Amino acid sequence: MASDRSLVVWLLLIALLLLLVINPLARLLWASFEHPDTGAFTLENYVAAYGRWRHVEALINSLIVGLSAAVVCTVFGVPMAWAVSRTDMPAKGLVWAAVLGTFIMPNYLGAVAWILMAGPNAGWLNRLYSGLTGAAAGPFNVYSMTGLVLVIACYSFPYMFVFTRSALDLISSEMEDAASTLGAGALRTTLRVTLPLALPAIMGAFIVEFLEAIALFGSPALIALPARFQVMTTMLWQMFEFPPRVQVAAAYAMPLLFITVFLFWLQYRLIARKGFVALTGKGGERRLLRLGPWRWVLLGYCLLITSLSFFLPMLVILQAAFARAWGRGLSWDNVTLRNLRFVLFDQTATRMATVNTFVYAGAASIIALGLALAIAYIVARRLVPLGRVLTYVAMAPFVIPGIVLAIGFYAAYTTRPLVLYGTAWILILAFATRFLPIAYSNSDAALRSINPELEDAARILGGGRLLALRRIVAPLLRRGLAGAFILVFIPATRELSSAIFLYTTGTQVLSVLLFDKSDEGNFELLSSMGLILVVVTVALVLLGFRLVGRDFLLRRTAT
Amino acid sequence: MSRLVLTDVSRRFGPVTAVDRFRLTLAPGEFVSLLGPSGCGKTTTLRMIAGFLDPSEGTIAMDGRTISSPGSSLPPEKRNMSMIFQSYAIWPNMTVAENVAFGLEVRRRPKGEIRERVGRILEVVQMGHLAERYPQELSGGQQQRVALARAIVVQPTVLLLDEPLSNLDANLREEMRYEIRRLHDEFHITTVYVTHDQAEAMVASDRIAVMNQGRVEQVDAPRALYARPRTRFVAGFIGRTNLLDGEVRGDDVAFDGFTVPRRAFPEPAAIQGRVAFSLRPQSIALHRQPPPPGSRAAVVPGQLVQRAYLGEYWDYTVRPAGSRLALRVTTRPYEVFEVDEKVWLDLDPGQMAALQPE
Repeated sequence: MASDRSLVVWLLLIALLLLLVINPLARLLWASFEHPDTGAFTLENYVAAYGRWRHVEALINSLIVGLSAAVVCTVFGVPMAWAVSRTDMPAKGLVWAAVLGTFIMPNYLGAVAWILMAGPNAGWLNRLYSGLTGAAAGPFNVYSMTGLVLVIACYSFPYMFVFTRSALDLISSEMEDAASTLGAGALRTTLRVTLPLALPAIMGAFIVEFLEAIALFGSPALIALPARFQVMTTMLWQMFEFPPRVQVAAAYAMPLLFITVFLFWLQYRLIARKGFVALTGKGGERRLLRLGPWRWVLLGYCLLITSLSFFLPMLVILQAAFARAWGRGLSWDNVTLRNLRFVLFDQTATRMATVNTFVYAGAASIIALGLALAIAYIVARRLVPLGRVLTYVAMAPFVIPGIVLAIGFYAAYTTRPLVLYGTAWILILAFATRFLPIAYSNSDAALRSINPELEDAARILGGGRLLALRRIVAPLLRRGLAGAFILVFIPATRELSSAIFLYTTGTQVLSVLLFDKSDEGNFELLSSMGLILVVVTVALVLLGFRLVGRDFLLRRTAT
Repeated sequence: MSRLVLTDVSRRFGPVTAVDRFRLTLAPGEFVSLLGPSGCGKTTTLRMIAGFLDPSEGTIAMDGRTISSPGSSLPPEKRNMSMIFQSYAIWPNMTVAENVAFGLEVRRRPKGEIRERVGRILEVVQMGHLAERYPQELSGGQQQRVALARAIVVQPTVLLLDEPLSNLDANLREEMRYEIRRLHDEFHITTVYVTHDQAEAMVASDRIAVMNQGRVEQVDAPRALYARPRTRFVAGFIGRTNLLDGEVRGDDVAFDGFTVPRRAFPEPAAIQGRVAFSLRPQSIALHRQPPPPGSRAAVVPGQLVQRAYLGEYWDYTVRPAGSRLALRVTTRPYEVFEVDEKVWLDLDPGQMAALQPE
């Protein structure tokens, strides 16, 4: 079958995959050992990167933030997941919707909201406190390590919720019944049987939360910098202040890359471990635990957390987006459409950024999906030898922090032979690469749902492989791929951590602009830009529900 | 000229040899089944004929032209074959008519001709009234008919069927067996049919190739296969049988507990040393009294140890006196014997098929 004419197409696509994933990583590694001026092999970059206490301190801060955020996520997410999955708590739909809302909010927009809520003096919570107690100033200050940890946890705990919940959903009531018949009460059963069964999933989620937190750029940049401390990602960004010190940044990013790869491997092992029925078999019947009056307490807890992560932040964002001045509070004469009009129509920079955001995200999604589909197809049909390796390559960006990937792209595509820096393509391709794993796991699943005999039938009747793809496979995949498109498009519209390293004048996207404008303190404008992103995302999510079903967004893809 | 010739075709998957030196020749218009248990290599053979797999060794030729050999094979789309798949593989994104028209469109036939031929073939398979339906709206049997129509309408040189009836319920399966044979009688397309169901193979085929562990055990017409199995495997796989191991001693063939004169067999000269025979349960007669001696060559006393009434026949198990054998005997429903009853077994050496030594 190697005589197939389609082979050329496959080889070209594989080359593109290598260009997107392997080349940036190889160039990153190369750059870290390269002398900035002479290009000779050197270890100086590592000395420069880790020879200063400031730099090491940022690394330590990242670890502290990562660990603390993961702990807070566990405290937030696990009880909520348990409540929704195993108990008769009321208003589960509301809690679920609020978690989804939290998930939809970009973390940097959450940071903006928290600045409005807990900024020193002017923040809503502080003003509320002063109003109630008569004190001169409120106690809340978002510009602190605690503030940063809380904000990060608020916007990443949905992972913990989803992981834990899907594990709990698989535990059959028979497991709990077995403990009850031996005389254990509900509390003991939950603590000794139910939660331990979900433990591998919880530990896996803990790792994901940690990695998410240390790779984040938006919230730390908005909160840690004004609070005068640094984490790794902000430090990397400062290394890119003019003139960019790519080699030092590459060296500095290496631990981040290796920690991530190692921990993802660990997480994979945890989840893959057999012997935990909870994660291997579908359980039998499931009954909900009756909590009596305690269910209201639990609901209160869930609503408290989602208020911190979703309801209150959304409220202050809405208020600010439609306010002449957010500090003047809620009154009709403070309401205006000026901010939104300004963002969407009046100001060239924001208008352009809005257009760029959606055009780049669209292009990146199409490229990622097209490539992912082709690679998944090549692997599934064994069109080339060693196809399995391609799976790992396509999934690799999943374990590369966005910021590291961006530095790799910078290192690979600012110099000849392929200069993409300064064009929109570097952003589009970086986004496509970053979200390739989402596209890949979805394409792979969609392809697997199609019986290969459908394709064989077309071929034996005289159609070539490409004809079979066009006439049979593509139409059948359309529906599944619509969902995958949305899943790639949404994160691509809000991507900040890689965009911040790769944009130039004229190729700003909303996330970059939002971050840029945060210096000016014009929170009405920031909120408006954020709101546009949220509204578009919500529209897409609703479309996804219709096309693919209610669970598509928080499905455990890519793990 | 032969339509399809498979010459010593082998296929290995890593260390596993799925098909081992397979030989088969099909005359034009012939219907041959590949019959065997799952994992015997029959589907692999079919997929090599179709061109989805290359042979590791050997060649496949169609009308004198080599189409498959290790390393270079004509792709499936260039073979002018058709195939019916286990899953039917009806494209869910196309209507019945569109499914059937696909092969003709690929062959760039004029629109009018396509419409006319699709209409005619759908009438042949009694699906004309459902031409505009989508596959999801059809029953399993109807999907099967669409698959048949789609495969036949292109007038393929060879038609391949891969366990096409295994997903149907019992009644429908029986009906479709005859349908497939009827279509073959109408169109005379050279056909290779893969199945693990011997009844299917017997109803539809001109010849059956029985496969076991990648090898062809025997190729014969259904009747010859049943009456004259040549190997232990074929004897046991096609219908039920009694396997009798014996040894030539002087003028007799000695079995466990009884002997049969060698001259009673149709070809006494061929019987030498250790021998094995297959004797079908209905080729043994049971008697309550010892039958009068004379023409009968082998009458053996025994005891009835087990019986079952199956409506169309009795299924008895009889132990010959002084033997460890348990012979299965089927009789007509009115020949009733009791368990533990002493009976006489009447064996007909003419119906004992000699098996190849292992």
